[in-house]
Amino acid sequence: MAGLPLEGLKVLDFCWVAVGPMTTKYLSEYGATVLRVESGKRPETLRRAGPFAGGESGINRSGYFANYNANKYGLSIDMGHPSAPELILRIAEWADVITENFTPGTLERWGLGYDELSRVNPRVVLFSASMLGRGGPMQTQPGFGAVLSSLAGYTNIIGWPDRGPVNPYGAYTDFVCPKFAVAAILAAVDRQRATGLGTHLDMSQLETSLHFGGSMLLDAGVNGREPELVGNRHPAASPHGAYPCASDANGETDRWITIAVFNDEQWAALRDEMVADGVTDVQSGEFRTFRVRKAHEDKLDGIIAGWTANHDRHALMHRLQSVGVPAGVVNDTRDLFDDEQLKHREHFTWLDHPEMGPYATDYTESHLSATPGRLDRPAPLLGQDTEYALREIVGLSEADYRELEEAGALE
Amino acid sequence: MTSNDDYGPGLLAPYRVLDLSDGRGLLCGKMLADLGADVVQVEPPGGSPARRVGPFYKDEPGAERSLFWWACCANKRGITLDIATDDGSTLLRRLVANADFLIESADPGRMAALGLGYDDLQAINPRLVMVSITAFGQDGPYADYQASDIVGMALGGFMHLTGDGDRPPLRVSMPQFYQHGSAAGAAAAMIAHTHRQLTGEGQHVDVSCQQAVARTLAHAPQYWDLEQTILRRMGAYRESAGGTFTRINWPCKDGYVNFQPGGGTAGAARSVRSMLAWMTEEGMGSPELDAVNWEELGYGTARAEIMEMTVAAVAPFFMTHTRNELADGALERRILLFPVATPSDILAHRQLAARDYYDHIEHEDFGETVTYPGHFVKDMQDAARVGVRRRAPHVGEHNREILGGELGLNDRDLSRLTELGAI
Repeated sequence: MAGLPLEGLKVLDFCWVAVGPMTTKYLSEYGATVLRVESGKRPETLRRAGPFAGGESGINRSGYFANYNANKYGLSIDMGHPSAPELILRIAEWADVITENFTPGTLERWGLGYDELSRVNPRVVLFSASMLGRGGPMQTQPGFGAVLSSLAGYTNIIGWPDRGPVNPYGAYTDFVCPKFAVAAILAAVDRQRATGLGTHLDMSQLETSLHFGGSMLLDAGVNGREPELVGNRHPAASPHGAYPCASDANGETDRWITIAVFNDEQWAALRDEMVADGVTDVQSGEFRTFRVRKAHEDKLDGIIAGWTANHDRHALMHRLQSVGVPAGVVNDTRDLFDDEQLKHREHFTWLDHPEMGPYATDYTESHLSATPGRLDRPAPLLGQDTEYALREIVGLSEADYRELEEAGALE
Repeated sequence: MTSNDDYGPGLLAPYRVLDLSDGRGLLCGKMLADLGADVVQVEPPGGSPARRVGPFYKDEPGAERSLFWWACCANKRGITLDIATDDGSTLLRRLVANADFLIESADPGRMAALGLGYDDLQAINPRLVMVSITAFGQDGPYADYQASDIVGMALGGFMHLTGDGDRPPLRVSMPQFYQHGSAAGAAAAMIAHTHRQLTGEGQHVDVSCQQAVARTLAHAPQYWDLEQTILRRMGAYRESAGGTFTRINWPCKDGYVNFQPGGGTAGAARSVRSMLAWMTEEGMGSPELDAVNWEELGYGTARAEIMEMTVAAVAPFFMTHTRNELADGALERRILLFPVATPSDILAHRQLAARDYYDHIEHEDFGETVTYPGHFVKDMQDAARVGVRRRAPHVGEHNREILGGELGLNDRDLSRLTELGAI
C-alpha cells in the first residue's frame, strides 16, 4: 500500500465545530497524526448536534461530528484544571503544528499563546482561525459560518427579486476556509522543514471568504455597482435557471433540472430538442438571439418549464448533454448517495464506528495519483485515545500519566 | 536545497508554478501566488477566454478590462503560448523542466491529446506536481459533461437546500462552483508538495468541483445516511434536523440581518439570552422566551412552537433598529448576529480597515488605483505579507522576460514565433 503524503506530520488540534475540524480532517486523511483535544466537561458543540445514528442522541453518536473527525485521536483534557497548561506545553514540544479556532484571546488566557508555545518549541506552526481575525475593534465578536455568510456578502446576492435575500445553506463560509487553511499551514510547514522557522498564522473567516467574490468587490470599487437579487438569472446566459421535472419512482415531487445556455450553438441544440417534442413556440423570433431572449426571458422560462415538467430529470440531463447543452439535475441529499459520478469517485466512505455502526464520511475531492488519501479510522469516542496518545505518541511516562489522571486533569 | 533566504518574500517564494488554467481554475494559482510562489500564467495567443468574463472596468468589455481576470490573476506574471503548436509545446516542455507545479483546467483528455498529459510531463520532470481542476474529475460517467456554475451547484447538492421552499432551488448569483474546486486544488497541491519535498516524487492531483461543493453541505448528507431524512430549503429559515429549524435571516429597519436563535454550547444559548435582555431593556421583552430553557436545547434545534414565539417577539424588535445599530449592539452583548452586507459595506468595514486587509494596486494603464481583497491569512512572522503585490498581467506582458530572459530566446526568435502564432 502506498505511503501517505503527510505521514510524520504531528498535529495538536484544538479545533471545534466545522471550519477547524474540516481543516484537520484533510491533514488526518493524508496521514498526519492528529491529536484532537476535547473537554469531557464541556463537550464540543457538534457532539450534541444531529444527525444521530438511528435517530438516538448521544455524545458519541453525532454524524456531524463523526464526519469531520475521522482518522483523528481523541484526547480528553480539562482545560480549566491547573495542570492542563503544563501538559499542553509538553504536547506542544512534540507537535509540528498546533491548530485552534477559539475566539481570539482564549489560548492566551490559558497561558498558551504563541509566545508560550514557541518558547517550548520555536519551530512550531500555530494556526488560529476566528470569525474576524485577531486585533481590531471586533475581534471578540462571536459567530458561526451560518450567520457570517451575511457579512461576507453571500446572503445579499441569493434570492428572488420580489422577495428578500436568503442564506446559502449551512455554515457556508466554514466550508470555504479549510482549503485556504490547508494550503497556508502546509506552506508554513514547508518553510519550517527547510529552515526551522515557526510562525503564527492568523485566519479571519470573513477575510478568507471574500476571495470567492473578488470580482464582485472590484466591481463595487471601480464601477460603484451594488448587486441586485436576480433569482437564477445570469447576465451572459439565456435561458439560465432551474426548471421543474416529473416526480420520480420515490414519489418525490421536488424535482428540478438546471439548464444554462451561453451561446448560439447551445441555444440551437436546446431549441431543436424542444421542437422535436412538439414545443414549437420556441421557434418564435422573440427567442432567436441572445438579446431578444433576454427581453422575453419570463416567457421563455415559462415555455421551458412547461416542457421539462413532463420529463424525467435524469433522462433529460443525459439527452441535453448528448447534444452539448449544459444541464444537470438538482441533487437532494439522498440523490448524492445515488449519483453515478459521485459513486464512481467513491465520494462517501463508510467507517465502522463502535457506537454508531457504519456511517458515511466524505472522502476528499482531490485524488492524488501516487499517495491517495485514506480514511480508515472512525471519529474517536470522547477521550478514547487519551492514554494511548499521551503515553505512546507524545511519550509521557506512566508515572506522569497516572498523576494527571488521578488529579482529574484528563476529564 | 532551499535556505532561509529563499523564503524572505513569502512562504512559497522558492517555488515556480505554471498556470495553464482558464476561468475554471484561476483561483488555485492565485492562492499559491498570494502565499509567495512565482506563478506564470500561460495563455493562448490573443489572451485567455477568462478575459472575456465580466464584470468589466467601467462596464466596457476588453481583454485588459475584465475584473474577473484582475481578481484571479493578480500576483501572476503572464506569457502567451499556443500549446497546440509544436513550437509552443516545445517551449512549454522547457518551462516544465524547471517548474514545481503545473495547474490546468482543460476538459479531461485534452492535455494528453496534445502530448502534455501527466505521463508526458512527469517524464520531463518527475518532481512535478500537476493539478487538474475539472467539474467532475478526470473520469467517470459525467467526466465529459459540460458544467456551468448553475449545473455544478445543482449536481453538487447545494441548490436543493438553498432558496424559498415554494420556488425553484437557487444558486449564489456570484459563481462558486469552480472556486470551490480551485481552492481545493491549492490545498491538494500543497499536500502533494509536502510529499515531494521529502521523497522527490511528484504526482497528478485530480480535483472534482462537484465533490468540493458536496462537502459544503454541513450535516445534511449525514441526515440522509443516519436518519433517512432529506433536509429542504426553507428561505429565511434553516432546517437543522427533521422537524426542527431556526430562523437565520431577518428584516430590520434599513435592510436585513442574520441572527441564529437556538440552543447549545459555543455561545449559542448565551447569545439568545443577551438578545432577550436587550429587548427587555428597551421595553420589548418576552417573559415566555425568558422562560425557555435555551441551555438544554441542542445546537440549532428549536421546535416549531418555540420558533413561532421567537419570531413573534424578535422580529418587531429588529424593525426598530438599523443594521449598524444591531451589529454594534451584538458586538457589545456577544450576540451571534451579523448584518447582510452589500459590497460597499464590505469595502468600508471597520474591522477589515483595522486589520489593514485591502491592498491598493496601481493600474498605470488606466491611471487608477484599484482595491483588492488582501491577505487570506496573516503570517505573523513573515516580513512580507500574504496579499496582492502586483496587478494581473496584460496579454503576453512577460514573454520577453520569461521566454527571452529564462529560455534565452532572442528578439528574432520571438518575432518568428509571433508570426507563426505560437506566442
